[in-house]
Amino acid sequence: MAVDTPSQSVAKAAGEHVARGRSRGTGNPRRAAKRSFATHWYAWAMVAPVVIVIGVIIGYPLVRGIYLSFTDANERNVARTIGVNEIPATYEFIGLDNYTDAITGSQFLGTLGWTVVWTVSCVAITFALGLALANILNRKIAGRSVYRMMIILPWAVPGFVSVFAWRFLYDERRGLLNQILSGAGLDAVPWLNDPLMAKFAVIAVNVWLGVPFMMVALLGGLQSIPGELYEAAEMDGANAWQRFRNITLPGLRSVSTTVLLLSTIWTFNMFPVIFLLTRGGPGEATQILVTQAYKFSFEISPRDFAQSSTWGVLILVLLMIFAAIYQRVLRKQGEVW
Amino acid sequence: MRRGIAATALVAALGVTLAACGGSDSGSNGGSKGSGELSGTVTWWDTSTVGSEDKVFKKLAEDFTKKHPKVTVKYVNVPFGEAQNKFKNAAQSGSGAPDVIRSEVAWTPEFADLGYLAPLDGTAALKDQDDFLEQAAASTKYNGKTYAVPQVIDSMGIFYNKKIFKEAGVAVPKTIAELKTVSAAIKEKTGKTGLYLRGDDPYWFLSFLYGEGGDMVDAADKKVTFDDPAGVSAFKTVKDLVDSKAAITDATNGWDNMQAAFKDGKVAMMINGPWAVADTYAGKEFADKANLGIAPVPAGSAGQGAPQGGHNLAVYAGSKNLDASYAFAEYMTSAESQAKVAQELSLLPTRQSSYLQKEVAKNEMIAFFKPVVEKAVERPWIPEGGSLFEPVKVEYTKVLTGQTTPEAGAKAVGDAYRKLLKDWK
Repeated sequence: MAVDTPSQSVAKAAGEHVARGRSRGTGNPRRAAKRSFATHWYAWAMVAPVVIVIGVIIGYPLVRGIYLSFTDANERNVARTIGVNEIPATYEFIGLDNYTDAITGSQFLGTLGWTVVWTVSCVAITFALGLALANILNRKIAGRSVYRMMIILPWAVPGFVSVFAWRFLYDERRGLLNQILSGAGLDAVPWLNDPLMAKFAVIAVNVWLGVPFMMVALLGGLQSIPGELYEAAEMDGANAWQRFRNITLPGLRSVSTTVLLLSTIWTFNMFPVIFLLTRGGPGEATQILVTQAYKFSFEISPRDFAQSSTWGVLILVLLMIFAAIYQRVLRKQGEVW
Repeated sequence: MRRGIAATALVAALGVTLAACGGSDSGSNGGSKGSGELSGTVTWWDTSTVGSEDKVFKKLAEDFTKKHPKVTVKYVNVPFGEAQNKFKNAAQSGSGAPDVIRSEVAWTPEFADLGYLAPLDGTAALKDQDDFLEQAAASTKYNGKTYAVPQVIDSMGIFYNKKIFKEAGVAVPKTIAELKTVSAAIKEKTGKTGLYLRGDDPYWFLSFLYGEGGDMVDAADKKVTFDDPAGVSAFKTVKDLVDSKAAITDATNGWDNMQAAFKDGKVAMMINGPWAVADTYAGKEFADKANLGIAPVPAGSAGQGAPQGGHNLAVYAGSKNLDASYAFAEYMTSAESQAKVAQELSLLPTRQSSYLQKEVAKNEMIAFFKPVVEKAVERPWIPEGGSLFEPVKVEYTKVLTGQTTPEAGAKAVGDAYRKLLKDWK
């Protein structure tokens, strides 16, 4: 994501250049374009590297992935070069077969079901906890900055490091969590060995990783709400809940809509937590769409590139539909997004 | 004019960046033909257990330079679980692949089928071919050509902790029924668990499948046999071992947990192969090596058997230094090198002549495993051999964690196999 965001904003800026250039020209569009190029060649030259880089890094793989999803490409029939031997590609175009297989089969829908449960519960819990913590830390309490630092810590540690740490904590036989439980005289809990417990376990880790981001974003939002509003409400006799409901929540809207959208997309595609913690197991109990797509193209053999890209395209489509609906709902409620 | 300069600078900068991106991966391995003396670099991907086996192999590999001073050996240890995928990634893209890889027996036909391996017939890699055990050589052949050199051969047995057995006053179980009663007795007398059953890797399930008279596929008749009644009853057997608390298992991190539980004396038995011996001796329970006992895997209702496994050394077809790679593969599998490995790590040589050497003949573990390997069940050496495990892995874990029934699990594996193996029954 960190890579995408800046380049997208640059692309937008590039678009503005073009629009401005064209609006000045009148009459024949071809001549206008020519004149635009003549006047703005410098701008074009500046934009070109970005366009080329985005085209190579994002555009080509995307187009290629979509193309592969319409073929039966796998490890055995793609082109490969080994030393001096060149083996040409022999896969064929098979139309929408991959998509009908995925959508009519039980595997995609089953995985999608759990992915939705996983996303909704992670985002809801993360948001609720982040909001609560942000409200607590927005008050003047002793050692506030120390608390803030401590809560941001999970975010500062590289994701895979903390996920590995959690894996050790969860270990049924040697993990710290079960040793504490046995110290208290309780039975060991099969954290990652029982399908249902594993689901709770992965959600818990993702919430733990996601709360700092929510908290920081919401804290920023809280601080931008003018204090006078609260004072005025207090004068009018509003109680704490009413102030929260009628000032804090509306005041946070612009921030919370954005973080909810981001968080949903991130969680939906949260590869490292699932992959490093359970590898989608036990069985396939915690497999989400992206980890399954990865499995198709890297873990099973022969590697099924076609099916993997089909799932990838379906993930992209699902997220785009979600973003479109989300935007629509917000616009209906009078929000500019 | 200033604009012009800026634009030129921009173009120049872009050009430099592009130049930096391209043309940096042409490895300088150097040629070695002509004069007869080998030179250049040989990169070897080893997959042996880190912490015990890897040191011995690294030393052995680097000693190659004593024979060929101009060759540099680059030893890289890749975890066994990742090596198959890593090699495929590197081999397909054509960059970053090693010259020589330690290829598990089931991977060899697959890599060969994909065109990643150099055929070795008539090269320096194969010397005294008749000296290799027939079983070991079988997995190196594909479509009438030889694609690898056998390095070690193995099978599986029950590793047991003699002290715990003595405390509980029981004998080593010969059948699965006995395994259950022995485990119950151990639990009652010592409070320890009988068996650690590795639940996240289907390789450890094979001896139960063979014990019920089943197999994954019948390669001779091109028939999928996993979903026969034998497969169902094998799934029932392992599920029953876990349910009756005769065995403990894990859905993740199985290898580490198994070794830790056994080395710390928390379980009395595990099913394992020679590759685990060196690591097991490092455990505190086995400071006295005599405490480690070994016996054949328990028999099921219809037979007894353990899978035949092992590792080969294969040469990457895209290697820039083929001649030195052939020589390296030959050196690593020579009778002398094999004897050294056997002596230090208790791994079984693939050359008949190695077994005649005194140090090898004396080794207790090798003396035990030799007849086991001879009776071991040979797996089908087909390109899909390495693909047969993933479907079992998913269903095996699902059965053990109660997410599916043995019947449905076996059927799901059978269906997956029929999809994988076109035109098989």
